[in-house]
Amino acid sequence: MITNLLKGKENQLQVIKKYLLAAVLVFLVCTPKIISSLYVLHIFISCFIYIALTLSLNLIIGWSGQFSLGHVCFFGMGAYITTLLMMNTGMSFWFALLISAVCTGVLGALLCIPTLKLRGDYLAVVTLGFGEVFRLVMTNWTSVTRGPMGLPGIPSPSLFGISLHSRVQFYYMGLIVMLLVVFFMVRLNNSGFGLSMLAMNDDDIAASSIGIYPVKFKLWAFVIGAVIAAFVGSFYAIYIGFISPSSFTYQGSITMCAMVVLGGMASIPGSVFGAVILTVLPEALRAFSDYRMVLYGATMVLMMLFKPMGIWGIDKRIRNEYKLKTKGGRKWKQS
Amino acid sequence: MFFQQVINGLTVGSIYALVALGYSMVYGVLQIVNWAHADVMMVGTFIGMTLISMLHVPVVAMIILAAGATALIGMGVERVAYRPIKVNRRMAVLVSALGMSVFLQNLAQLVWGSGSRPLAIIARKTFAAGSVSFTNLQIIITLVTLFMLFVLYVLVYKTKIGVAMRACSTSIENAKLMGINTNLIISATFALGSFIAGIGGVLIGAYYNSVYPTMGYLLGMKAFSAAILGGIGSIPGSVIGGYLIGLIESLGAGYISSNYRDAYSFLVMIIILALRPSGIMGAKRIDKV
Repeated sequence: MITNLLKGKENQLQVIKKYLLAAVLVFLVCTPKIISSLYVLHIFISCFIYIALTLSLNLIIGWSGQFSLGHVCFFGMGAYITTLLMMNTGMSFWFALLISAVCTGVLGALLCIPTLKLRGDYLAVVTLGFGEVFRLVMTNWTSVTRGPMGLPGIPSPSLFGISLHSRVQFYYMGLIVMLLVVFFMVRLNNSGFGLSMLAMNDDDIAASSIGIYPVKFKLWAFVIGAVIAAFVGSFYAIYIGFISPSSFTYQGSITMCAMVVLGGMASIPGSVFGAVILTVLPEALRAFSDYRMVLYGATMVLMMLFKPMGIWGIDKRIRNEYKLKTKGGRKWKQS
Repeated sequence: MFFQQVINGLTVGSIYALVALGYSMVYGVLQIVNWAHADVMMVGTFIGMTLISMLHVPVVAMIILAAGATALIGMGVERVAYRPIKVNRRMAVLVSALGMSVFLQNLAQLVWGSGSRPLAIIARKTFAAGSVSFTNLQIIITLVTLFMLFVLYVLVYKTKIGVAMRACSTSIENAKLMGINTNLIISATFALGSFIAGIGGVLIGAYYNSVYPTMGYLLGMKAFSAAILGGIGSIPGSVIGGYLIGLIESLGAGYISSNYRDAYSFLVMIIILALRPSGIMGAKRIDKV
């Protein structure tokens, strides 16, 4: 009787959750109709970009447990390859996007192979080094990338004969990119692939004993993360219309990593929150523009002192599962 | 040309060695990478710059005061950002250290501005011997480095606190059982590492005659490469690694391309980590990296 009641309550909660999600979606779709300020739309688009990037980095850091600080390298690689293909060969954006995703994925695998043995701090330093080498190459390979002057005037893409150039169009494009990435991550999280990755992250020896080959999953995490970052990078390039090596510094990697950790490892809602908070916070702190990066650093330290698992970290999720389970409401998900 | 590059490489290398020691010592004791180390050094260098340009403190006193301030900041960073977090939460330690690094960098930008400031500690004189020329500053850098290494050697191998430090780096749990106040030793390690790095910072600031808030990043990465090359956790290893990285960088810039000067140390680090993660002098530990 009581369990039934609680079951009803739990179902209600899930229904409310669904309505909430639908409301957020409707709001996001209608935003450009309600808000005409280009600045606010720009912040929304930045949020979309960072949500997608954070999720792709969380796949590497949170799910597969490899602390990568070179994500900006993949992001920048995607942006550069797409831009160069479009500008030098006159290729259409969509085709260039595919090629750049494939190239960046291969690069991700190549970078991953020598670092498979490394963990924690070492991996962080090496990936930071990769990011720096990428930036140096883009700065010094002037015959192709125009070096520090960057590549201005990136052509805008067209879809079914419609040229995409207004901010509202980019808003919807960003929204679609973000939703696709979120959808992909939800599917991945609920699949055997995602669960194997989490098992490997918890204890790779135990995971290998039940037939999970860690190298395969580590490699795939890097490749998928790199491919998503390349997609987002290409979108970033056509949206901003100008890229230069200074758009892809190590600070970008640290920001993304802070978003992942602030939100919580291997957590989709966490990544979304982390990305939105850390994108909106610096804008909201514009009044204190001098202090905002200082506050940002201090926040990272304080966060780790008081909530080392992040906002939506594993501790919270375990508690939620426990709550639901003791109320007898929810069966464990089967995949 | 070759000898000129070697001299320049040894000069920069000695500074990398000084900074690398801090990474290596902290890693030896706590098995964590102190990501804020280079930024602590940068703040110390700025303090030295302020002392000499605004208060006109004599050079020797300035170096000692700046290094002392760096030591205090290093201890403070350990107290605030590392000690409250359990060491087994490595991810949290890493992020907190990165946060500390962002914090210090931007604090320095706030206080001293984001531009580059000059730091002159001595009137430059250039000596020439055949085709090779060197400055009096290079001689001073080399001598100070050797002196600091000697002091460090005495401190670590001949004093009681040095014995305790080495005990902690073998096993912190056993050191605790032997009645060593490990928290004190950890603080002392941070202080010592930062002190030496502070001297390195002032010297490199004087060598390039510029101090700027982001100087810690590249210098820190190179010093960390040096610590890895030599074998992290090993004091003689870091010194050798520092000199080697200095030489590789200088010769690479001279003979291959100076545009990629900053990339050589990263490449060396990546190769070393892929082939021999324990470095030149490091003890082989199984499943460490």
